[in-house]
Amino acid sequence: MKTRNKRKKSNQKNREIMIVTWAFTFLFVCLAGYITHYAITHRQELINNSYNGRQQMLIAQNRRGRIYAADGNLLAQTVEHEDGSEKREYPYQNLFSHVVGYATNGRMGVEAQANYYLINSNAPLSQKAALDVSGEKYPGDDVYTTLNVELQQVASNALGIYQGAVIVTEPATGKVLAMISKPDFNPEQIAEMWDELVQDEESSVLLNRATQGLYPPGSTFKIVTALEYIIENPDSYQNYSYNCTGAIKRGEDRIQCYHGSVHGTVGFEKSFAKSCNTSFANMGLLLDRGRFRRTLDRLLFNQELPVSFNYNISRVDMSEQTTDSDMMQVSIGQGTTSITPLQLNMITCAIANEGVLMEPYLIDYVQNSAGNQIKTFSPSAYGSIMDKEEAAVLKALMEDVVKEGTATRLKGLSYTAAGKTGSAEYGTIKGESHAWFTGFAPAEDPQVCVTIIIEGAGAGGDYAVPIAKRIFDAYFGV
Amino acid sequence: MVVYIGEFSKYIIALLIALYTLECFAVFCFDNEERRRGIYIGQNLLMFAFHFTCFLVICFETGDMTYLFFYAFQQIMLYAAVVLYRMLYPKANRLIVNNMCMLLSVSFVILTRLDMGKAVKQFVIVTGSLAVALIIPFFVHKFKFLKNLKWIYALVGIAALSIVMILGQTTYGSKLSYSIAGITFQPSEFVKIIFVFFVASALYQSYGFFEVFTTAVIAAAHVIVLVISKDLGSALIFFMVYVLMVFVATKNVLYLLAGAAGGSAAAYIAYTVFSHVQVRVQAWRDPWSVIDSAGYQITQSLFAISSGDWFGLGIYKGTPEAIPFVEADFIFSAIAEEFGIIFSVCLILICVSCFIMFMHTAAALKDKFYQLTAFGLGVTYIFQVFLTIGGGTKFIPLTGVTLPLISYGGSSVLTTLVMFAIIEGLYMIRQDESEQQRRALRKKKKIRERRQYSAGDEIEDEE
Repeated sequence: MKTRNKRKKSNQKNREIMIVTWAFTFLFVCLAGYITHYAITHRQELINNSYNGRQQMLIAQNRRGRIYAADGNLLAQTVEHEDGSEKREYPYQNLFSHVVGYATNGRMGVEAQANYYLINSNAPLSQKAALDVSGEKYPGDDVYTTLNVELQQVASNALGIYQGAVIVTEPATGKVLAMISKPDFNPEQIAEMWDELVQDEESSVLLNRATQGLYPPGSTFKIVTALEYIIENPDSYQNYSYNCTGAIKRGEDRIQCYHGSVHGTVGFEKSFAKSCNTSFANMGLLLDRGRFRRTLDRLLFNQELPVSFNYNISRVDMSEQTTDSDMMQVSIGQGTTSITPLQLNMITCAIANEGVLMEPYLIDYVQNSAGNQIKTFSPSAYGSIMDKEEAAVLKALMEDVVKEGTATRLKGLSYTAAGKTGSAEYGTIKGESHAWFTGFAPAEDPQVCVTIIIEGAGAGGDYAVPIAKRIFDAYFGV
Repeated sequence: MVVYIGEFSKYIIALLIALYTLECFAVFCFDNEERRRGIYIGQNLLMFAFHFTCFLVICFETGDMTYLFFYAFQQIMLYAAVVLYRMLYPKANRLIVNNMCMLLSVSFVILTRLDMGKAVKQFVIVTGSLAVALIIPFFVHKFKFLKNLKWIYALVGIAALSIVMILGQTTYGSKLSYSIAGITFQPSEFVKIIFVFFVASALYQSYGFFEVFTTAVIAAAHVIVLVISKDLGSALIFFMVYVLMVFVATKNVLYLLAGAAGGSAAAYIAYTVFSHVQVRVQAWRDPWSVIDSAGYQITQSLFAISSGDWFGLGIYKGTPEAIPFVEADFIFSAIAEEFGIIFSVCLILICVSCFIMFMHTAAALKDKFYQLTAFGLGVTYIFQVFLTIGGGTKFIPLTGVTLPLISYGGSSVLTTLVMFAIIEGLYMIRQDESEQQRRALRKKKKIRERRQYSAGDEIEDEE
C-alpha cells in the first residue's frame, strides 16, 4: 500500500518531464523518417537538376553509359578520342532521334530519362581499381530499352518524307517497341544545328510528336464517343439507328460526313465502321455531359499520364455547360479537342487488353559493365480505364472497321487486325486533314498496337492504314 | 586499393555507428551505472574504431599520411576526456561522456574532410573547452548558492545580448557576435545556459501567477533583443525553453497552451513584419522557385542529402563544399551525403539518447532547482538539434543554428561542453540524493522493525 502510494506520487512528479521527453522523441522519429523517405525518393529527380554539382562530378568521373535496343543493338555510346575529348555516337543517326534523344545542349528522350543511370557507374570494384591505376574513367551503367530496331526502321521508312508520328507498343506489357517523330534530326550534329533548330518554329523538329504533338483526333475520337454511348446505354446501344443524309444541322451549325458521303440508315456498328460523322454528332447530342466528363477523366484526358518520359496533356472541353454545337464537334473529334498519339495509343492498348491500361515504358533494365542487372523495370498495370465488357464491344467495332469499314486495306491478311481510322481536319481550309490510324493485331489475341498520324496527308484509310500494314507485316514476319 | 578501402569502409563505418547507437539505448535497460559498465566499454571501443577507420580513409583518399598525426592528437584528447571524467567523477554518467566524445569525433572527421584549417582551430578550442568543462561538475555539485542568483542571471543575460545588438558585428544579416582581442564571441550561445539558470532559480520555490509573469517579462526581453538582432533561431530556443520550463515547474497545461497561442501569434506578427522571415518561409515552402537566391542553400543541402543513399558516397566522394556554410549550419547535410542515411539517422538517435538521459536525470532529481536546470538544459540542447537538422532538410523553415558539438564554431562547442558538464554535476547530485534516500530507508526500516507499526507519512515526507 505504502509503496504504491509512493510510486504514484513520484510518477505524478515527473509526468510533465516524461510528456516533453516523449514529445521530442516522437518529433525526432518523424524527422528521421522524413529524411530517409526524402533522400531515397528524390535521388534521381534531384541529380538531374542543373544546379546539382554532383552531376558534373559524376560526368567527370564516369564515361557516359551506352544505350541499347531490346535485341542488343547499340543505339548510343560515348567514344574517347586520342586527344581525350569525348563524343557521343548514335550508330543509327536520325532513326532514333527523338526517342533516344541527345545529351548535349540539354538532354532529351532516353538520354534525359535515364541520365541518372548513364552517369553513375556500378562497375565492379576490381575494374574500378584497375582503371584508377591506368587513369581512365569508370564505365557508366548501360541502359537497355524496349525498342525494336527493325520496327523502328520499317515505321520510319513507311512514314517517308511526311511529317508525323508513329508509336508501336505491346498492349499486354506497355513496352514501347518503336517511336518515330518526323521531321527528325541527327543527334550527333545537335550542337552544330542547335541555333537553326531552335529558331525554326514552323516544323518544330525537336518536338517529339509521338508524345508531345497535340492534334485534333478526328474520327479516332469516335472510339471514346462510342464508349460513352455504351456506358450510358449498356442494354440498348445495339438498337441505335440513324438516317444519314450526309449532313446534320443544329441552328447555325452543320456537320458533314467526310467527302460528302451519304450513309443512309446506319446502326451503331455501321456508324462506327463507316465513320459516319452525322450519326456520331447525333449520338453526341444524346449523351449526358457530366457522365461523359467522368469517362474522359477515366481515360486520362486533361491530366497527367503514368509515364516517365516527356509528353503533353491531351485536352477535351466537356462539362454540363458544353453547348450542342460544341457537343457535336467533340463527338467527332473536332473543335477544341486535342490529343497526343501517345494518349490515343494508350486508349487503344487498354481496349486490346480487356480494359486494363499497362503503363507505357521505354527502359527495360540497367546493366553494369560486368553484365549484372542493376535495376529492372517490370510491366506495371495502371488500372482498368474501362470495363472488360465495354472493351470487348469496342474491340468488335474496331474489327468491323477492318472487315467492312474504312480500314479494309488490312483485310484478308494472315493476321486479323482491328482499328479505327481518322481524317482530322485542321486549320481553316476545308479538306485538309491529318491521316490517323490506331489499332492492334491479332484481334483475337492482341500482341502489338500501333498509332499513326501523318500530318496533312488526307484520309486515314488511304495513308495511315498502309503504314500500319507494313508495321504489322514486319512484326509478324510476313 | 584505395577503391577497396573507400568502398568497404562505408559499410564498416555504418556498422560501427549502428552498434554504438544500439548500445546508447541498451543503457536504458539497466538501472545502475555498475551494470552498464560493459556497454560503456563497448561504446568506447566502437568509438575509437570508427575514428580510426575514418582517418585511415582520409589518409588513403588524400594520399597524405600526415593526417595520422592530427588523428593521434584527437585520439589522445578524447581518450583523456573519457579517462579523466571517470577518475575525477566516478559517480558521473558515462553515457553522456561517451556520447559527447563520439559526437566530437564525428565533428573532427567531417571538419577535417571539409576544411583542415578549421578542423585544427576547432580541435584547439575543443581541447581548451574540455579542460574548462572538466571542473564544472565539481562546481555544480558543491556550490549550493547557484540557486540564489536569479537577478544576476537576468541582468548578465540581457546585458550580454544587448551589447551584441548594439555593438555586434553583422554576419549575413544577423548580429550574432562581437570580438574581444581578436577572438570572436557569440554571446547568445552562453546566455542560453544563464537563461536556464535564471528560469530555474525564479520558479523553483514558488510558481504562482506573479512569478510566472515576472519571469515571462524577463524572458520576453531576451527574446525581443534576439529578434531585433535577427537571431531567430536563438530567439525560438529561448522561447521554447521558457514555455516548457514553466510547464514543468507549474504542472499547469494552461501555461503550455498560452505559450503555444502566444508563440503562434508572435510568429505570425514576425512573419508579417519582417521581410527576412518571409524569405525564409518562402525558401522552405518552395525552395526550387528561388533556387538562385533564398533557396540556394537549402536546395544544395537537399542535393547532398539525397545523393548519399543508405551508406553514403564515401569520404571525399561527395560535393558538400557546394553548400554555403556547410561546416556550421549545414554540417548534417555533408554527413548525410558522404556517410549516408543510416549514419545520419544513427547520429540523430545518439543526440536523442543524450536527451533522454538528461530527462531521466531531471526526473530523478528531488531538488526542484536542479531538476528544472537539468530539464531546461536538455530542452535547449535537443531543440537546437531539431532546429538545425530540421531546417537543413526542409522539414521546418531554416533558422540558422549550429548542430551542437558537431558544427564548426567555438562559442557553440564551448557552450555545449559546459552544458554537458553541468548535467554531469546534476547527475552526481542525483546520485547523492538516491544514496541518502537509500540510507534513510534502511534506517527507517530498522526503526520500523523495532516499532512494529507502519509510518507511511514519514516515508512520503522524507527528503
